[in-house]
Amino acid sequence: MKPTDDKNPEYFHKVVDCQYACPAHTPVPEYIRLIAEGKYTEAYMINWESNVFPGILGRTCDRPCEPACRRGRVEEEPVAICRLKRVAADNKEDVKQFMPKAPFEKNGKRIALIGGGPASLTVARDLAPLGYEIHLYDEQDAGGGMMRSQIPSFRLPIDVLNEEVDYILDLGIHTQFKTYVSSLQEILDMGYDAVFVGTGAPRGRDLIIPGRKEADRNIHIGVDWLASVAFEHTHKIGKKVIVLGGGNTAMDCCRTSRRLGGEQVKVVVRSPYAEMKASPWEKEDALHEDIQILDNHVPKIFVVEDGKLKGMTFEKVHAVFNEKGKRSLVPTGEPEVFIEADDVLVAIGLENTFPWVEKSTGVEFGEWGMPVVDAVTFQSTNKSVFFGGDSAFGPKNVITAVAHGHQAAISINLYLKEKSLTERPSPFVNLVSQKMGIHEWSYDSEVENDLRYAVPHAAKTVTLKDRKMEVELGFDLQTALKEARRCLNCDVQTVFVKDRCIECDACMDICPTSCITFTANGEEEDLRTRLKAPSLNLSQDLYVSDTLPTSRVMVKDEDVCLHCGLCAERCPTSAWDMQQFLYKVTKAC
Amino acid sequence: MTYIRSQFRHPGLPKNDLGYTTKEYEGAISTLCAGCGHDSISGSIIQACFEMSIAPHRIAKLSGIGCSSKTPTYFLGHSHGFNSVHGRMPSVATGANMANRDLLYMGVSGDGDSASIGMGQFVHVIRRNLNMVYIVMNNGCYGLTKGQDSATADAGSKSKKGVANPFQPIDMAGLALELGASFVAQSFSGDKEQLIPLIKAAIDHPGFAFINVISPCVTFNNNPGSTKSYDYVREHVEATATVDFVPLKKEITTSYQKGTGTDIKMHDGSYIHLEKLADDLDPYDRLSAMNALQNARNKNEILTGLLYINPESTDLHHTIQTSDRPLNTLGQEELCPGSGVLEGINGELR
Ligand SMILES: Cc1cc2nc3c(=O)[nH]c(=O)nc-3n(C[C@H](O)[C@H](O)[C@H](O)COP(=O)(O)OP(=O)(O)OC[C@H]3O[C@@H](n4cnc5c(N)ncnc54)[C@H](O)[C@@H]3O)c2cc1C
Ligand SMILES: Cc1ncc(C[n+]2csc(CCOP(=O)(O)OP(=O)(O)O)c2C)c(N)n1
Ligand code: SF4
Ligand code: SF4
Ligand code: SF4
Ligand SMILES: [Mg+2]
Repeated sequence: MKPTDDKNPEYFHKVVDCQYACPAHTPVPEYIRLIAEGKYTEAYMINWESNVFPGILGRTCDRPCEPACRRGRVEEEPVAICRLKRVAADNKEDVKQFMPKAPFEKNGKRIALIGGGPASLTVARDLAPLGYEIHLYDEQDAGGGMMRSQIPSFRLPIDVLNEEVDYILDLGIHTQFKTYVSSLQEILDMGYDAVFVGTGAPRGRDLIIPGRKEADRNIHIGVDWLASVAFEHTHKIGKKVIVLGGGNTAMDCCRTSRRLGGEQVKVVVRSPYAEMKASPWEKEDALHEDIQILDNHVPKIFVVEDGKLKGMTFEKVHAVFNEKGKRSLVPTGEPEVFIEADDVLVAIGLENTFPWVEKSTGVEFGEWGMPVVDAVTFQSTNKSVFFGGDSAFGPKNVITAVAHGHQAAISINLYLKEKSLTERPSPFVNLVSQKMGIHEWSYDSEVENDLRYAVPHAAKTVTLKDRKMEVELGFDLQTALKEARRCLNCDVQTVFVKDRCIECDACMDICPTSCITFTANGEEEDLRTRLKAPSLNLSQDLYVSDTLPTSRVMVKDEDVCLHCGLCAERCPTSAWDMQQFLYKVTKAC
Repeated sequence: MTYIRSQFRHPGLPKNDLGYTTKEYEGAISTLCAGCGHDSISGSIIQACFEMSIAPHRIAKLSGIGCSSKTPTYFLGHSHGFNSVHGRMPSVATGANMANRDLLYMGVSGDGDSASIGMGQFVHVIRRNLNMVYIVMNNGCYGLTKGQDSATADAGSKSKKGVANPFQPIDMAGLALELGASFVAQSFSGDKEQLIPLIKAAIDHPGFAFINVISPCVTFNNNPGSTKSYDYVREHVEATATVDFVPLKKEITTSYQKGTGTDIKMHDGSYIHLEKLADDLDPYDRLSAMNALQNARNKNEILTGLLYINPESTDLHHTIQTSDRPLNTLGQEELCPGSGVLEGINGELR
């Protein structure tokens, strides 16, 4: 293999698994260290810069960082990254003083944002301080998008939502709530210099099977129903509830039902339990609230008697895989199952819809009625119209919407400065030695053995009575400290300088997880078979040195490095050093 | 601040026949200087015992005094151990071995420990062919007492202070050959590929198995002008052959092609495979080994590899015809058969 180019920031960026996996590339280990030091405000601000909604995300994020976390490959579970973020948000002091303060000097350009969800709000936050005049349109009566209309208050208290939405609106954003935009052309005609579309994926899919029309009064589209609960139009539901679907919307529907009078709430899903789209922790929370999940059941009929919904019948199926691994659900041949129900919530998917975008705008649509949008610049076929969040590439999650927002803001700024949109600003990086003494580092290099701590929950006897009462209580500060110390500091990089190495093998012998091998060079595939420990995780890089005097090379498999610094402590010549690597995505500026 | 080694290990570590990973063969974290050759040798001992699937509680580690003699704390943490007086490891080993012949005795010593204060003990344990592995971690100095020249320092070799050693060195491998050791090897701490199979062969050998391992002292004897520094050793090392140890049960799968090297059959059917064996060395012939060693020395080379082996070696228990059962397992009845038996013996003598 060629020697690793560790001067290329992308190499060490990839080693920080959590940050790399985060769509907004939040510097996770950096803020976890700050939490361990009790610096909650600083930890919050690092998050706010990257992901805009630390308090919201610390409760609701889909957490792509956690499955990526190195800790999960070393022991049973990853660091509770997401819930530590909440600790920063819950314990911070006044942060407004550290945020940009309106009014800003105007640059004379006006931008319209359509939809007030996380994508649009991120664009607003990034561009307002640069002097743009920003007009935000949303049909709801307050900002936040689906974070307000969909995510139930028992997962995301309204105060937390309002606080973080307001940090942005207070930057001098002109809001036009309760305003449904029915024509993009009209907006363009108003002479905006650029338009950002962050309208999400607003329509819930319906299920058209026999009985649908007759039972209409007791059949509700999940997302519409959740919104109507959130906006206090709906206050109760029948005792027996069927929720159709296996995603996160279904989980929110069933748990909300339990709080609105549902006693026997059943989630019925076509696919096997393990393949349900909902996050594992949401399924756990639902089960904990005495909700039954029936998998492998395909809905057949809404059973109506005397004009009233009685229940539904289902066909039982099982998953069969063909040679290509493609799954199909095949009936088991068992008799159909009847399940009683007073109400049914249909939560089987979301759809994008753009009836308000006219052909005349020059915005073209491609497959499945989705707009043609550049995956890097977020520009549409109308050069002044940009898309982001769920409206760009279909339903994802809040953190993805935020990441899109940042990139769209960069593009809009470049576009209005008449610069090339494809020359993206390079990230801010910094690499600093952590050495203080022979066995002393400026980070906590000791690796804790503790298993993941669980976030305490309020008793369900209480939470089921109050739809607005938050279920998760958050870590107390002592537990937070212990959980924070589980972080392996993967941003403190092992940096190797070949010319200093005397090949004494000390680093190889001391490394607890057998990361380091000195051996003859070869192609990656071959090298991986000759390392000290099996090297099976191909998604993790090998750090390879140039040829050493004995004509071998140093090979470090990054996979399960604990970043404990023992290699550097053991090296007699400081050929290894532990250096903290900071990687920040550059924002619009 | 750490001096703590995490308990986490690579989740995919291979397991041996006993179901253990190398973790079960590790010891406490070393307190030797960073980069000390001795730590590398500890690593090789761990790997060899792991690969041979030796139950850790069947091993007894013995040592004297010195940095080298401290190493048993840093390997085989689940084994027996005795850290004896300076230079007195051989007598403790002899006593232990006499009492329990069923354990594997792993002796570790230094050049100071063996070639100076312990020389008297060293030569006698060789003569007796005690069944043990005897590793000298040879750094040419007294590391623990801050680097004074030892008896193995080469004449003219410079210590850290720059003073050349005026005395002739004792060649530990040459001495062992001279005294009739039944297994003699020499190696370098920085060459695990050679050292690990040599340790395995030494463990398998029924008798006194001696390995002199050049092991640089990074702190006091790794300077220019020293003949025991990493750089000097790497430049002057000359291997007699590449070594592989093939245990009995692996023989069928790993058997080398005929004619590509020399196979040394061990007493239990395992064998040592030597590839590209030097022309002037016959490892069955003590004289050839002594010549090869002398020739190398004349050329300023450090000869490493298996130098000599006597496959017919029989150990001290055999020579003095002790009981097959370890003495420490014999009870009062066997050891003290009673006055009736005594009277019988006395009767025979009348
Ligand atoms: C039930 C449910 C639960 C969820 N839970 C989570 C979770 O826990 N964590 C997570 O990360 N994600 C979750 N999501 C997904 C997440 O809410 C979305 O991915 C995210 O909000 C998308 O953000 P956005 O900015 O693209 O648009 P949205 O948040 O969808 O906001 C779009 C806004 O635009 C408005 N709008 C649309 N069209 C118009 C128009 N023509 N004129 C004016 N206004 C318009 C809408 O009313 C809405 O307010 C959940 C989604 C659902 C349905
Ligand atoms: C009876 C006695 N005499 C002297 C000493 C002092 N002493 C301690 S270690 C040592 C030399 C050790 O040298 P070596 O065996 O080569 O070990 P190294 O530290 O080099 O590995 C000496 C002389 C002692 N501990 N006991
Ligand atoms: S920091 Fe060094 S010693 Fe520690 S796990 Fe990583 S490579 Fe091994
Ligand atoms: S400890 Fe340092 S000098 Fe020794 S092999 Fe490792 S990198 Fe090289
Ligand atoms: S003094 Fe020398 S022999 Fe002792 S630990 Fe340090 S480097 Fe090793
Ligand atoms: Mg010594």
